[in-house]
Amino acid sequence: MLNRYPLWKYLVICLVLAVGVIYALPNLYPEDPAVQISAASGAEAVDQQDLDRAISALENAGITPKSQELNGSTGLIRLTSNDQQLRAKELVSDTLGDNIIVALNLADATPAWLSSLGASPMKLGLDLRGGVHFQLEVDMDAAVKQRLEVNASAIKEILREERIRYRGSEVNDGTLSLTFSDGDDLSKSRSLISRDFQDFEFDERDVERGSVLDLKLTATAVKQIQDYAVNQNLTTIRNRVNELGVSEPLVQRQGPNRIVVELPGVQDTAAAKRVLGATANLEFRLEATNDTPASEMESFAFRSQPGRTANIMKDVIISGDSVSSASTSFDESGRPQVNINLDGTGGSIMNRVTRAAIGRNMAVLFIEHKTRTRTTMEDGEKVEKRIPYTEKGLISLATIQSALGNRFRITGLDSPTEAKELSLLLRSGSLAAPIYFVQERTIGPSLGAENIASGILSVELGLLLVVLFMLARYKAFGIVANVALTANLAILIAAMSMLGATLTLPGIAGIVLTLGMAVDANVLIFERIREEMRTKMPLHQAIHTGFERAFTSIVDANITTLLVAVILFSIGSGPVKGFAVTLSIGILTSMFTAIMMSRGIINLAIGGKTLKKLWI
Amino acid sequence: MRQFDFMSKRRAAFIVSIVLTIVAIGALVIHGLNLGLDFTGGTLVEVKYQVAPALESIRQTLDAAGYKDVSVQTFGASNEILVRLQQSFEAGIGNDIVAQLQGTGDQVSLVRAEFVGAQVGDQLRDQSGLGMLLALAVVMVYVAFRFQYKFALGALISLGHDVVILLGIFALFGFDFDLTVLAAVLAVIGYSLNDTIIVYDRIRENIRKSRTDDMPAIFNDAINATLSRTLSTSGTTLLVLLALFFLGGDMIHNFAIALIIGVVAGTFSSIYVAAALLLVVGLKRVDLIPPPKEQFEDGAP
Repeated sequence: MLNRYPLWKYLVICLVLAVGVIYALPNLYPEDPAVQISAASGAEAVDQQDLDRAISALENAGITPKSQELNGSTGLIRLTSNDQQLRAKELVSDTLGDNIIVALNLADATPAWLSSLGASPMKLGLDLRGGVHFQLEVDMDAAVKQRLEVNASAIKEILREERIRYRGSEVNDGTLSLTFSDGDDLSKSRSLISRDFQDFEFDERDVERGSVLDLKLTATAVKQIQDYAVNQNLTTIRNRVNELGVSEPLVQRQGPNRIVVELPGVQDTAAAKRVLGATANLEFRLEATNDTPASEMESFAFRSQPGRTANIMKDVIISGDSVSSASTSFDESGRPQVNINLDGTGGSIMNRVTRAAIGRNMAVLFIEHKTRTRTTMEDGEKVEKRIPYTEKGLISLATIQSALGNRFRITGLDSPTEAKELSLLLRSGSLAAPIYFVQERTIGPSLGAENIASGILSVELGLLLVVLFMLARYKAFGIVANVALTANLAILIAAMSMLGATLTLPGIAGIVLTLGMAVDANVLIFERIREEMRTKMPLHQAIHTGFERAFTSIVDANITTLLVAVILFSIGSGPVKGFAVTLSIGILTSMFTAIMMSRGIINLAIGGKTLKKLWI
Repeated sequence: MRQFDFMSKRRAAFIVSIVLTIVAIGALVIHGLNLGLDFTGGTLVEVKYQVAPALESIRQTLDAAGYKDVSVQTFGASNEILVRLQQSFEAGIGNDIVAQLQGTGDQVSLVRAEFVGAQVGDQLRDQSGLGMLLALAVVMVYVAFRFQYKFALGALISLGHDVVILLGIFALFGFDFDLTVLAAVLAVIGYSLNDTIIVYDRIRENIRKSRTDDMPAIFNDAINATLSRTLSTSGTTLLVLLALFFLGGDMIHNFAIALIIGVVAGTFSSIYVAAALLLVVGLKRVDLIPPPKEQFEDGAP
């Protein structure tokens, strides 16, 4: 029988439509602008008291919060409008002080019955909700150089133990060169080194009055070091982002040496950059005594008083890497201090050294690796050069009263902010290799809201125009196409919500474009039906043939577009990806709605009836 | 239904296409694409006002001072302003901009001046070019596989035609070419191909059905049969693109322009260029219907 569908096909259509509508629904409930309150260190928690203080501060300033909630250790205050959000953040931050992190947030407003079905709205991309996007590059050469330097000191240690004399050593261009005056020493050390270090390729060359042993890391070793550096940095940055208290951050590796960080809702990029890119570390060293030889001590200035210097030992007791946790508080006289817990090894080393040095002074040295970027002209082209430099300064110099264990505190910091950042860095670990910011994007919340509004408006208008066009051109069949088109929009949005895709501005453009192109299949089918009708074919036969003949065209055309969308996805980054995702899903859903659903509606309406005329 | 004789006008259409393509290539060579911040890298300056200023007046001040493609937005607080510039990084640019803004009598201070890495842009540019070529190649292989290599050649040239004209117009008018526009270009490849495939599909069907070798007549039939579909779909697509163009906001403006140009060029090329090219590459009936092999009677008992 022509133009009849078996029951199961109708059921499939209804099922898909029902799922589509349910999972698209949460997107109709706009997210509430909110401020999220969490404690700066894991040990503390936000309580109802903090929340109450924040609320009353807001109310005093004339901002009436929509609601408040306390989930475990974080608090959430929902607001009624976007404009209040920044102001509210400043107010709450001032009220609650430095040990509380206040972040901008968009809070889910999905009704409970929808959430219980696992439905949730699409995540909004940075361009729609505001926030910052960083792209960081890990300095691979520096990672290799650091490893070589560590190896160099270990090798020199071995040579000293074996009493082999070398004239000099230097690390240059990924090569460690050791100069010997004696060929025997060279071959002896070569066999010693190759016994302990498997990662080197050796090369010998003669220079004036001696010979040089060049050690170069093998390609596999270099790759391992680089992989390690990127992964280690990824972990560290993830820790730091978590410490920033941002909701739904993204930290992702991109390509061999880049890391992408997206922080929705963050507006203060300066602070975020300082924390993400910081390479600060601490070193604990003893102060030099009067009889310390000059070759074993160094002189550093105090950070707070540049004029004052102190001589301290070159030997490092422990560094910040041995810190297992750190938090900030204030000392008896109200100055900021950092409380430190050391890990097991660090604690026992500290205990051993300080026990033998009671009465001496211990210095805390603050070390920061920084780079200057200089643009210079070379051969008529602009070349960016990065000049690394290290800043070292004393934070404190205090007398050791008794043997220290694995807990102690550091005072002498400039400000509570510095104390907070130092403790954050000590907690999150140090970077394995320097990183540079190669890209930075900031989208303010006002621009984001504007983008959403104009995006929604163009989807609505686009839909309306297409609906009117189809009605005018295909009459009753136009209604069928319009129902299919609307269903397509719902299913597309549902699919994107279920896949957890992020909606970006180009994504919205993709939806709008899909609306225009989705009716293509219907147009093809209807035109074909008209054509068959012109050949005086019986009407039912014409509908049947129209659907059948249009099918191969539709499939061929859609598959090629899909291929392009997939390529778009695989090469694209950020905005292009968002567009590609929407376009691909839109093609798939439109094939379902335009072919199967519109056929279903037509069959249901006219199947089995005798037809005199088709309204097409 | 009126039948248009498209094929007899193919010479005129070719001349139009060739002239457009030459103008486009000329514009690309002479002006070059006005690559956006995504591809070039660029400069970013953050300033702080004592009182929240009007963004539009800042834009006008900087425009008047000769800074091109300035984008101005608030940054965190409403009195902190972020200015992005197309030009490459110069050491003093932050202070220059602050000086310009202070000229209008406001109290302005420089917060920072930074740049977006240029090598990121370079890489993106290479990657994008590669992606475009890959898209064309994959599509060609698919068409060659589903149809025949002569169809693939025709599709490729007509796609190239659309893309070159689109890029040429962008170069000619100096529109910003950024990542979203690149996405639009790739979408145009998809769209125009869609159109071309529909026409080709009909040509294939008609060749198989007909008994003549009169290719221009067959092509005319096929184009006429698909014409109302081609125009309807282009129509609905253009309608939504116009909605995007007028309402989508600044960030999506160039994206909409690119697609509008692409849809118009794609419609034209799928009607005139793609089918006419099949005549140029010499498509014959035998290309789709292999001649029956001569059968020999098996003489063995």
